[in-house]
Amino acid sequence: MATIEIDGKSYEAQPGQMLIEIADANGIDIPRFCYHKKLSVAANCRMCLVEVERAPKPLPACATPIMDGMKVYTKSSKALAAQNAVMEFLLINHPLDCPICDQGGECELQDIAMGYGQDVSRYQDGKRVVTDKNLGPLIATEMTRCIHCTRCVRFGEEIAGIKELGATGRGEHTRIGTYVEKTVNSELSGNVVDLCPVGALTNKPFRFSARAWEMQQRVGVSVHDGVGASVYYHTRRNEVMRVIPRENETVNETWLADRDRYSFSALKAEDRLTQPMIKRDGQWQAVDWETALTFAADGLKQAVQKHGAKQVGSLVSPTSTLEELFLLQKLMRGMGSSNIDHRLQQLDFSDQAQAPVFPSLGQSLTDFEHSDAVLVIGSHLRKEQPLLNLRLRKAAMRGAKCAFVNPVAYEFNLPVAQQLVVTPNDWVSQLAGIAKALQTSSSNSVNGLDSLLQNVSVSAEQQAVADALLSGERKTVLVGQLAQSHPQFASLRALAGAIAQLSGACLSYTNAAGNTSGAWLTGCVPHRAVGGQAESAAGKNALEMLSEGLKAYILMGVEPELESCVPAQAERALKQAEFVVNLTAFRSAAMDAYADVLLPIALSAETSGTYVNMAGTWQSVAAAVKAPADVRPAWKVLRVFGNLFDLAGFEYEDSTQIQAELQPQLMSLVADNAGSWKLPSSLDTAASQGLQAITELPIYAVDMVVRRTAALQDTQDALSAKGVHLSAATAASLKITDGQAVQVQQGANTVASTAVFDERVPAACVLLYAAQADSTALDSWFGDVSVKPVD
Amino acid sequence: MKQVASAFKSLFLLELLKGLSLTGRYLFDRKITVQYPEEKTPLSNRFRGLHALRRYANGEERCIACKLCEAVCPALAITIEAAPRDDGTRRTTRYDIDLSKCIFCGFCEESCPVDSIVETRLFEYHGDKRGDLLMSKEKLLAVGDKFESQLAADRAQDACYR
Repeated sequence: MATIEIDGKSYEAQPGQMLIEIADANGIDIPRFCYHKKLSVAANCRMCLVEVERAPKPLPACATPIMDGMKVYTKSSKALAAQNAVMEFLLINHPLDCPICDQGGECELQDIAMGYGQDVSRYQDGKRVVTDKNLGPLIATEMTRCIHCTRCVRFGEEIAGIKELGATGRGEHTRIGTYVEKTVNSELSGNVVDLCPVGALTNKPFRFSARAWEMQQRVGVSVHDGVGASVYYHTRRNEVMRVIPRENETVNETWLADRDRYSFSALKAEDRLTQPMIKRDGQWQAVDWETALTFAADGLKQAVQKHGAKQVGSLVSPTSTLEELFLLQKLMRGMGSSNIDHRLQQLDFSDQAQAPVFPSLGQSLTDFEHSDAVLVIGSHLRKEQPLLNLRLRKAAMRGAKCAFVNPVAYEFNLPVAQQLVVTPNDWVSQLAGIAKALQTSSSNSVNGLDSLLQNVSVSAEQQAVADALLSGERKTVLVGQLAQSHPQFASLRALAGAIAQLSGACLSYTNAAGNTSGAWLTGCVPHRAVGGQAESAAGKNALEMLSEGLKAYILMGVEPELESCVPAQAERALKQAEFVVNLTAFRSAAMDAYADVLLPIALSAETSGTYVNMAGTWQSVAAAVKAPADVRPAWKVLRVFGNLFDLAGFEYEDSTQIQAELQPQLMSLVADNAGSWKLPSSLDTAASQGLQAITELPIYAVDMVVRRTAALQDTQDALSAKGVHLSAATAASLKITDGQAVQVQQGANTVASTAVFDERVPAACVLLYAAQADSTALDSWFGDVSVKPVD
Repeated sequence: MKQVASAFKSLFLLELLKGLSLTGRYLFDRKITVQYPEEKTPLSNRFRGLHALRRYANGEERCIACKLCEAVCPALAITIEAAPRDDGTRRTTRYDIDLSKCIFCGFCEESCPVDSIVETRLFEYHGDKRGDLLMSKEKLLAVGDKFESQLAADRAQDACYR
């Protein structure tokens, strides 16, 4: 411990800390532009100059390490003179037209100029003018305003891991740009908007629409990935104007993925459903809530009477709140059916009885960040969970060994120790090889593994992965979404579990959405009731519901024809059903075709509720804005349904009552990932003729809201997630050229698409993207397909 | 003695004459009554009447949607919505002043960095219907166009004091 004196007061400090950190921790105001606590120290703006006793010149507080007994003056005439002078220099080239700048009112330069600037500029000459760059659909630029703090550049290098922005030129000729003309494609690019202290980089969809002072800040949670980032909704006149990160060290630190930041615009999407609709004699008509609810309840009652409750099934989105999920399963089970599921993207349910209470990260995000070795199985982590990938990157930069088993040679923004690119059919044998390698060198053992791995041989790569996993203290085996939707998920889970046990690693799962954990906890699975209590008779899972076809469905927040891993079957099943009740925020042509009732429900910014993220963190929020027109929160709709079915236990008047009921029994449950798997009796190896399909749910198609966010759909990530991707060699054997129109066939289904050469895809495989026009008519995300050119 | 003086005053109606002399003085004095609406009082160039939005000489609207007037308005009478115009500039898509809320303090005019929102000398306006006193952007620009020469002259006269 060291003691330093700032402005005559003594403060305790750790050796090695910078002066500005002590000042910030103790509420002493030092002006700064380039310093940011999450970024490295650049010390190039010179705004934080302070006077230090015995130093000949003022020193930058952000780059001056403390020394015991140091005496610092932040408000002395020498310090102020230096700060005023820096301010004057900065304002020489900065335009003085705050009224037309989008940053006006929340600009660090404007704020600090009020304290340290002069009222009249002494500068008479021409100002520097810089041409604006086009950085894509998310970030607007006015580069003349740039003060060269380089926060955006350091963010790209240090946090996002891709050097997209950089500074060229020197002195007055310094320019911030993308080196060559290109857009910024990082999935975290929006953070530079927050970092930019001036109006050089601003939020493009939000541009010029509101001022900081006229908006109210409301707490929220983003639901588009398993991290469940904490956000603030900035609202004005009952309208969400923008989203910014809410600092939360345990969840999202100070960052936000673009998906979380920009998807608010879907609240005002054109196809937003604002009135209950019912289909009478094949005609859609807008009705009031009472009519719609009675119509829906009657339809469901009829279906139950005619076919039994077991012919009613429910598919629900894990982006719903805990309260909504709880009420829906209560309604379903009250009606006498356990057919409820949120796992639309899963093909193999054979070991669901073994699954953990809620498959999750099994550790805090901060602990994950301190892993020494990580094996990621089946995940395009950068696009699947941008903020989790950010933590993994931190671990990798500290020296953690990160290995990946993936179906496609994905690009990563972190040092990858190994990436094993394996075709879907070889995943099991690949993991078996790693397990075998571990078995020989590990002191731990797994019962029954010996016999299972008898005929498995170990390759050098597998050995390297195993060796990495055995080194280091903290280790993680992370099972991603691609593995969870794999047709042999049960075997993969068991082998991942065995690998984790042998290496002493934590077995972790990524969660598809912000409340997947909540869906498991509340019993939105067919085989478990609230709190993971096993059901005596398990209902039908999502795959069974869609492949067998039930007589009636209740959908909440899902578009199975896009999101399900059996899209064609899903659409078929819903169309053949006698009665489909759809609780949805949006309306689509597909829904019009299969649904009988459309009930408009509120989106996550418009409803109060609780979300449990993949680290098991509970976040309860109130509604940020009131839902538009006739839209109601889903929990209210479900409560009325409960009453219409004369079910007990639906007397809630407030969503907090439901939360108060659930929290005591559910919050204490911990993810028991470690023992929750069972070795298969044999390693089934799938064989295939022709091409193997790999389907990825692309970053900007994960849920209804993201799919309707115009700005995100214009990004490179969304634009490139189209067509049939295959390697040039595979294409050559099929006589297909790049960009050629092709026909993809799977079983009896065919779709027209375009060939895209993509060297990341292994031989004899094609990469397809889910929820796109050219893939939704296929039967399954995996399995054999054939591709042939169209003349 | 006091009683004598009082009797003297009452006998000769002195108080009445005093009052009548004041009336008489005003009877022959210069008249200050203005025969409104045929006649009008002179107005200051800083008079705060009906609002207007001004344009530049080339026809471009001055307002840049900085929203300072909306922020400063003590009666919350101004409502602005803004968006980038097709040419990328910052412009209002809605500029409403609710004249039934406005207290004519002139803060909007003071806060405007581009002399766009101004108050004209016009004080004699009325509304027949409820919505008539809700000024939209189009109405305000029309007022500005109508009085532009007067507005420009008034502001030029005041410029040396700013």
